[in-house]
Amino acid sequence: MAQNTRTVPAGTPTEVTQNHVKGGVGESTLRPDGTLKVTGEFAYSSDMWHEDMLWGQILRSTVAHAEIVSIDTSEALAMDGVYAVLTHEDLPAAKNYGMEFQDTPVLAYGKVRHHGEPVALVAADHPETARRAAAKIVVEYRELPLITDEASATAPDAVLVHENRDDHHSGHVPHPNIVHRQPIIRGDAAEAAKRADVIVKGEYTFGMQDQAFLGPESGLAVPAEDGGVDLYVATQWLHSDLKQIAPCLGLPEDKVRMTMAGVGGAFGGREDISMQILASILALRTGKPVKMVYNRYESFFGHVHRHPAKLYYEHGATRDGKLTHMKCKIVLDGGAYASSTASVVGNAASLSVGPYVIDDVEIEAIGLYSNNPPCGAMRGFGAVQACFAYEAQMDKLAAKLGMDPVELRQLNAMEQGTIMPTGQLVDSPAPVAELLRRVKARPMPPERQWESSEGSDVRALPGGLSNTTHGEGVVRGVGYAVGIKNVGFSEGFDDYSTAKIRMEVINGEPVATVHTAAAEVGQGGVTIHAQIARTELGVQQVTIHPADTQVGSAGSTSAGRQTYMTGGAIKNSCEIVREKVLEIGRRKFGSYHPAWATAELLLEGGKVVTDGGEALATIADVLEDEAVETEEVWRHRPTQAFDLVTGQGNGHVQYAFAAHRAVVEVDTELGLVKVIELAVAQDVGKAVNPLSVIGQIQGGTTQGLGVAVMEEIIVDPKTAKVRNPSFTDYLIPTILDTPTIPVDYLELADPNAPYGVRGIGEAPTLSSTPAVLAAIRAATGLELNRTPVRPEHLTGTGPA
Amino acid sequence: MDFLRPASWEEALAAKAEHPTAVPIAGGTDVMVEINFDHRRPEYLLDLNRIGELGEWEVGQDTVRLGASVPYTKIMENLRTELPGLALASHTVASPQIRNRGGVGGNLGTASPAGDAHPALLAADCEVEVESVRGSRRIPIDDFYTGVKRNALAPDELIRAVHIKKADGPQQYSKVGTRNAMVIAVCAFGLALHPETRTVRTGIGSAAPTPVRATAAEEFLNAALEEGGFWDNGKIITPSVAKQFADLCSAACNPIDDVRGTASYRRHAVGIMARRTLTWTWESYRGGAASTKGSVA
Amino acid sequence: MRVNFTVNGRKQEADDVWEGESLLYVLRERMGLPGSKNACEQGECGSCTVRLDGVPVCSCLVAAGQAEGRAVVTVEGLAEFAKQRAEHGGCASGACGDTKGTSLQDAQQWQSKPTDSQTGEGVELSPIQQAFIDAGAVQCGFCTPGLLVAADEMLEHNPSPTDADIREALSGNLCRCTGYEKILDAVRLAAARQERQGEAV
Repeated sequence: MAQNTRTVPAGTPTEVTQNHVKGGVGESTLRPDGTLKVTGEFAYSSDMWHEDMLWGQILRSTVAHAEIVSIDTSEALAMDGVYAVLTHEDLPAAKNYGMEFQDTPVLAYGKVRHHGEPVALVAADHPETARRAAAKIVVEYRELPLITDEASATAPDAVLVHENRDDHHSGHVPHPNIVHRQPIIRGDAAEAAKRADVIVKGEYTFGMQDQAFLGPESGLAVPAEDGGVDLYVATQWLHSDLKQIAPCLGLPEDKVRMTMAGVGGAFGGREDISMQILASILALRTGKPVKMVYNRYESFFGHVHRHPAKLYYEHGATRDGKLTHMKCKIVLDGGAYASSTASVVGNAASLSVGPYVIDDVEIEAIGLYSNNPPCGAMRGFGAVQACFAYEAQMDKLAAKLGMDPVELRQLNAMEQGTIMPTGQLVDSPAPVAELLRRVKARPMPPERQWESSEGSDVRALPGGLSNTTHGEGVVRGVGYAVGIKNVGFSEGFDDYSTAKIRMEVINGEPVATVHTAAAEVGQGGVTIHAQIARTELGVQQVTIHPADTQVGSAGSTSAGRQTYMTGGAIKNSCEIVREKVLEIGRRKFGSYHPAWATAELLLEGGKVVTDGGEALATIADVLEDEAVETEEVWRHRPTQAFDLVTGQGNGHVQYAFAAHRAVVEVDTELGLVKVIELAVAQDVGKAVNPLSVIGQIQGGTTQGLGVAVMEEIIVDPKTAKVRNPSFTDYLIPTILDTPTIPVDYLELADPNAPYGVRGIGEAPTLSSTPAVLAAIRAATGLELNRTPVRPEHLTGTGPA
Repeated sequence: MDFLRPASWEEALAAKAEHPTAVPIAGGTDVMVEINFDHRRPEYLLDLNRIGELGEWEVGQDTVRLGASVPYTKIMENLRTELPGLALASHTVASPQIRNRGGVGGNLGTASPAGDAHPALLAADCEVEVESVRGSRRIPIDDFYTGVKRNALAPDELIRAVHIKKADGPQQYSKVGTRNAMVIAVCAFGLALHPETRTVRTGIGSAAPTPVRATAAEEFLNAALEEGGFWDNGKIITPSVAKQFADLCSAACNPIDDVRGTASYRRHAVGIMARRTLTWTWESYRGGAASTKGSVA
Repeated sequence: MRVNFTVNGRKQEADDVWEGESLLYVLRERMGLPGSKNACEQGECGSCTVRLDGVPVCSCLVAAGQAEGRAVVTVEGLAEFAKQRAEHGGCASGACGDTKGTSLQDAQQWQSKPTDSQTGEGVELSPIQQAFIDAGAVQCGFCTPGLLVAADEMLEHNPSPTDADIREALSGNLCRCTGYEKILDAVRLAAARQERQGEAV
């Protein structure tokens, strides 16, 4: 390999040399990859480069639902600089892949099911050559009727998006265009409704949100001499990718060697495969390294989005505000391929009650197959849509009862000991009322902050730099919301992580090496993995080995699970390594000091110490030339599937809670919104790295803000085509759209979790959106039953 | 694709004469996006960056001769007094990075109804200086926009400069976008008071196939101001006059529904912006309260 | 076509450049300088921000041919650029450094400063780079290079920015991870440190 080749992602292995152990659990240790990231030398998946590499290009479908009549690649193949043009006929092995259902074609065959589906593939010596060649491929389509919503999906004569389903949900669904249906019945909602003094009903619409990670789908596939392939990609879960890639290449898993390249954000959008299989096929076919990079336009077609949803809710309450019952139906549009739709359905159903005590519920969630863009994982995973709706319901109910909306929520707040609608006991802290109290107690940001002696500072007003108001029409509103999110993989999934820990002495100093397959997607896993090793092993120097498939699966960096799971795996493996070190110490030095025989020995500051703090030996003296190593799998406590009829089951590992107070200023005449402050309170169990905790909460909050006021992938219902696949028309918040985000976190340990941690990344994305919507409602007096809310919704000048 | 790099204006004209399909590129804001996203593959790219005079401006007696490539940042920093409306419009253009490179020539060349400069140019009144090897001519801004993304340029012509009337009274500019920065206009509105001629001029962006003036609104307001003696007595404009003006501005729109907004919203918003900018400019004309100073930024 | 320009103080030459290539592509794929990021390629995210003759621009919107004869500073050269500015009382033109010329081969292997293997330890950073690390302003880091170039330039001409100034100056740089709060912290921190340093001198 040439010297200027960058195939091994720099950035992960790190050493910090200090005199005594600093940077353990609970400290705001700085990122080990920080220096590389600020100097531009951190190698992201799109930075991969190889001598003589080719560029891969995908031709995507221009229609949403059609039979493929013919594909003519001859003109493309004839072009200079083109090395391969492939269609489904050239696929080497399995033609489909998928995380939960293997329903996604590597390249479309028979028909295309959504706009932007990969149909053909080009490898060429320059990206422009590849694009020109792709443009010369002629595909003839015969268009089919479109499935775009619940009505068209479940009509008696509906065209089936997938004709011959044999997945594990196909047997129980009411219609083949329904991916999965999860009811939850507890108590008797109809009977309980009779006790209600007030009943509120609502119909809510949640738009399709995009993860909009900044690093595009990209990577490099290098063919190997053994017939295998070395793949450098950005993903959330190496082993899940591997399991899907290998069969499609017709290779055993050990011939597909995957290494994490730098990941430019994920948020769920890298849980599914994107270019991994396609680049590998091109590399194997051409015998040359192949690089693929989606541009932003293609990225909007290159990954799944957050499920758009229709939610129908009914809540009842007694005159004094006690909730009597809840009925809801949640319809999630999964689009053309299942991705994780079934799990999203389970989440939406089981969390649809919100963080409230309601004994009598009737819940139904379904996920559709349609010809819309495929939807799957995104931060908040099914709980986001439900939270938007049930929190709107709480405000409606409070208004009808003449109660303070926070008091109503606190009155019905769940707590430790509450039974969920699934029958599961909430067996660790659930400080819902306290979180609400904290955000409410914060002082309000000052009014009319835009006023200065020199006039109105438009940067502090709705419309910002666009100079639309100098204060005219501006009304302040305040809104509150709280949410509940599960942590980790649920419904009986065998969720585990693996950590390989090695301890040895290098240059007289003990050094620990942490090797996991956990994806660092920006969240700071690499930081806390080293912190845990330092705390458990009492060593200063920790090397984080690059994540790859040479070690067991770490599971996905999603569901707020990695600190809990891979953190737990590292802690567990470290404990085993520690015991091994102590065993060696006892063998070598046990006869010199009676304390060696006690069970309470620790590793601290590079030494073996008693629980009284007496140093018995240095780790260096204990180990000498010996290295201790272990690779262990670690699991959270088992969960159960939800019953398909009643929805009963201990389905979740852990719950997480966050509450927001939004203060907004709305230009009520133009319908423009400026969020002034978004205060958060969240229980994090244990802040392993407080700086990272705050960063996660602020980031999650901002994604919730985005979907409240601007973010939506707009799909034309007549064509099922995406109308805004670009950063010009899919807008995410800028720094001028984002308010101050004060964070108040509690640390109420979960006794079941390592260090008491609670997954933190997802909960803040839930309540942020409904809090902003509630504040806009307060400012405008409008009902606002959809998100995002756009200027036309606030001014009565457009479709709902 | 060929990349033409004329070192002088004359060379640029010669190149454009030889290759009328050549696409001029200066700030790159429109052209490079089209190339990066594979929407356009021009046969020739004509780089105008090497022609220094395009980045220069001269402040004359009555007009500012603004080189086609003077970056928006420079307009904001240097021409706030002479071209207040355009300076405000410049501040709403995309991002600081784009404002550092993009200029009015690009907006005029692309002639998208969403170009941020158009309403300010229409309101201030200006002439576009275009040239070819055949000669130079000045196109009044009112005759410049001929259709959706079409302008009055002949295939061999290039935009050299814009001659913009120096402000003789207050000017304002507002733009609605669904984000507080870095956003393409859902619609925009420019207003200039011209006390010397006792007229007002308007400009509307993104609410019709081309940038347009609300001429009926201007005529109404000119008459109303004249009749009431407002230019002399400096009285507050009555709400009914402001409303009528706003309604006529809305009526001047011929918008469409698209992903950025509805037609109905655009009409509505243009009316609101018309009323507000009229209030701001008129307050400023009357002697100015602090609230009319507008953007501190 | 061939394009000659100066990057981070070194003369560079790129051959066989397709006329439609952006400066960003040439930096990333031909110069071995992938620090400038390719997040949107439509001027809507700021991740590719570089200084072109001193001025922050989106390198994705600069045609490679337009960079002919000009001076570019990327995130890879930011520390050195800031150091020279501090030492020589400001060199915002981007034309700092030697002009002896470097072959493409050398250029691709050239690094603007020495690094310790893969860790980046012991690297000298500019104040804004250090502040981003210290304040927790880096998560996935994809927006970071563009933000650093933009923030550094703002502090160059506005050493004591208000929050509103910071927000305006960085409004062309999208970040999807942080919610921007820590980025504001980082810029405030860099400004405060710069001020203290100025007082000490």
